Amino acid sequence: MDSTEVTKKQPVMSTSIMSAKNVDVFYGKKQAIKNVSLEIPENQITALIGPSGCGKSTFLRCFNRMNDTIQTCKVTGDIRFAGQDIYNPKVDVVALRARIGMVFQKANPFPKSIFENVAYGPRIHGLAKSKAELEHMVIASLKSAGLYNEVSDRLHESGTSLSGGQQQRLCIARAIAVQPQVILMDEPCSALDPIATAIVEELMESMKENFTIVIVTHSMQQAARISQKTAFFHLGELVEFGDTKAIFTNPNDQRTQNYISGRIG
Amino acid sequence: MPDYQLTTSPSLRKRHAKEARFKWYGRIAIGLSLGFLVFMFLAIILRGAGAFSQTKIYLDVQFDEQIIDPTGARNPQDLARANTKPLLTQSLSIIFPDVTQRKDKQRLYKLISSGAVYELADQIQGHPEWIGTSRHIWVTASADVDLYMKGKIDTSLDENLRKLKDRDVVWVDTLKAEGKIKKTFNTAFFTNGDSREPEMAGILGATLGTFFSLLVCFAIAFPLGILTAVYLEEYAKKSWLTNLIEININNLAAVPSIVFGLLGLSIFLGVFHLPRSTPLVGGMVLALMTLPTIIIAARASLRSVPNTIRDAALGLGASKTQTTFHHVVPLAAPGMLTGTILGMAQALGETAPLLMIGMVAFIVDIPGSVTDVATSLPVQIFLWADSPEKGFVERTSAAIIVLLVFLVLMNLLAVFLRKKLERRW
Repeated sequence: MDSTEVTKKQPVMSTSIMSAKNVDVFYGKKQAIKNVSLEIPENQITALIGPSGCGKSTFLRCFNRMNDTIQTCKVTGDIRFAGQDIYNPKVDVVALRARIGMVFQKANPFPKSIFENVAYGPRIHGLAKSKAELEHMVIASLKSAGLYNEVSDRLHESGTSLSGGQQQRLCIARAIAVQPQVILMDEPCSALDPIATAIVEELMESMKENFTIVIVTHSMQQAARISQKTAFFHLGELVEFGDTKAIFTNPNDQRTQNYISGRIG
Repeated sequence: MPDYQLTTSPSLRKRHAKEARFKWYGRIAIGLSLGFLVFMFLAIILRGAGAFSQTKIYLDVQFDEQIIDPTGARNPQDLARANTKPLLTQSLSIIFPDVTQRKDKQRLYKLISSGAVYELADQIQGHPEWIGTSRHIWVTASADVDLYMKGKIDTSLDENLRKLKDRDVVWVDTLKAEGKIKKTFNTAFFTNGDSREPEMAGILGATLGTFFSLLVCFAIAFPLGILTAVYLEEYAKKSWLTNLIEININNLAAVPSIVFGLLGLSIFLGVFHLPRSTPLVGGMVLALMTLPTIIIAARASLRSVPNTIRDAALGLGASKTQTTFHHVVPLAAPGMLTGTILGMAQALGETAPLLMIGMVAFIVDIPGSVTDVATSLPVQIFLWADSPEKGFVERTSAAIIVLLVFLVLMNLLAVFLRKKLERRW
């Protein structure tokens, strides 16, 4: 093995904010995730890729315990956020989800005004002390999501009246408003056209300065474009995890090779 | 060789014919049911319309102090109990001076409702200053005179086959000729309780009985139903127990209503000794009956709220309860309310369970609270339909009209609320 090869595969230096160790997820008797361990680096974008049904979304939902809402779902193993075991019974799942936000595959604004959509999170967590502060937070979040200029004159119109791409950015603004450390994104662009996708990707790029992003995507190009780390899942197993560049240019595993070259998927 | 034919072929024609036939089956079915509905409404309205007018007789009454209040104390309670019968007989004698035989006088007096004396006493109580004066007043005619005035008595029929005899007819015709008899709007029908005399019978008692029963029913069934639905749908983990509860709620919705009446009789009256024949117990029984309807409707509307909304709220760190009450319940509210109102409308028309708990008694007094004995509109209809007096025929139909009006109003309210509260995604 020559030395250039080794340096190429050196991970980008960064501390990890979340870690998963030996995680198994079961739906009833069916095992959806098999013994997965990985580290999520802080202030970077980590992409989870793989063919449909490989468990990447299931794995993502472990990080903010959204799987708790599925009665048959059982998670074992060790998942940590800033060193704390998030499945510890002492952990308050409400506090956890305030630290680790989520953006879903289908834009799901509340059928309320744009303002109310963004204000809801700060309000339930008591983040704003006054009405003016709340307003300020809403506007700042909308600005961070790159939506403010488009909606500044209609903050009190329904969030559902926006276009698909705008709705998804509204959902991102809503997640940002709670000021989480990590934002999980579950195929956020799968229902968007290429232009809206490009805008959201640009937005993620600028967001990573303040947030750690974990994104599930079925588009390899998207993963290659935006992420620093990529994890490739196949049939519930983590096949390969490493720097995005390395995964896409020089995968270790034959299955990764097959997937990124389009032979499976 | 490829087939480019676009015109119709025998097999296509057959398919079109089948389609046309099916459309006509549907139209015939709708036409028939509409026809029945129109027939039913017409029959009820035509028969019941008469009850909204009442015949009155114009009398010149001498309010003789010696008869009404010999002591001159003007005690309201005594005035209400005053013997007004002589006043009315005197007044009639003035109009018909040639009727002198005692028997004939009795006959003549029968033109006036036997309830007229109480009406007059009430009027005197309200206007004690009338005592000692002479006034013209309209008094309620008897049911037979009323029926004759409405053209519902065939005078060509043999005298022995009708209650209104030839002599009575002559008297009424005399009154008519003198303009001393007329048909007016029947306010008594809306302000009186039940009575043995059709001309005195009203629906206010039954309507208030229904109102109080529904009030109790709503106060019990709405919170219980909504909370049950929210818990089962949003909180409860699926297990054999919740499955069992679900199956039983669905079964309850199909239980014949009289069974709920029996339950009320044995539990509410038998075990808890709650007051018999009251809207309190009636409402509790109706609540039992309405509960499954409300729960099923509320669960269906909760289930129709997309999961993405729950995910969105939970993902922001909202608690289960915040998610449910900030987002899910408001979105499900129109459906919940509609289901509740439809359940209440069903309770409004319910008769059988009320029979079991004694709301079927003959009650003249108008109930003032949920613990006063009362009957309800549908039971009143049932009671009147059972009465032999001919005057109750039109009153039965009139009460049905009132009941139908309430039903339509409640359904309109349901539609209105649904339209108003409905939110677009």
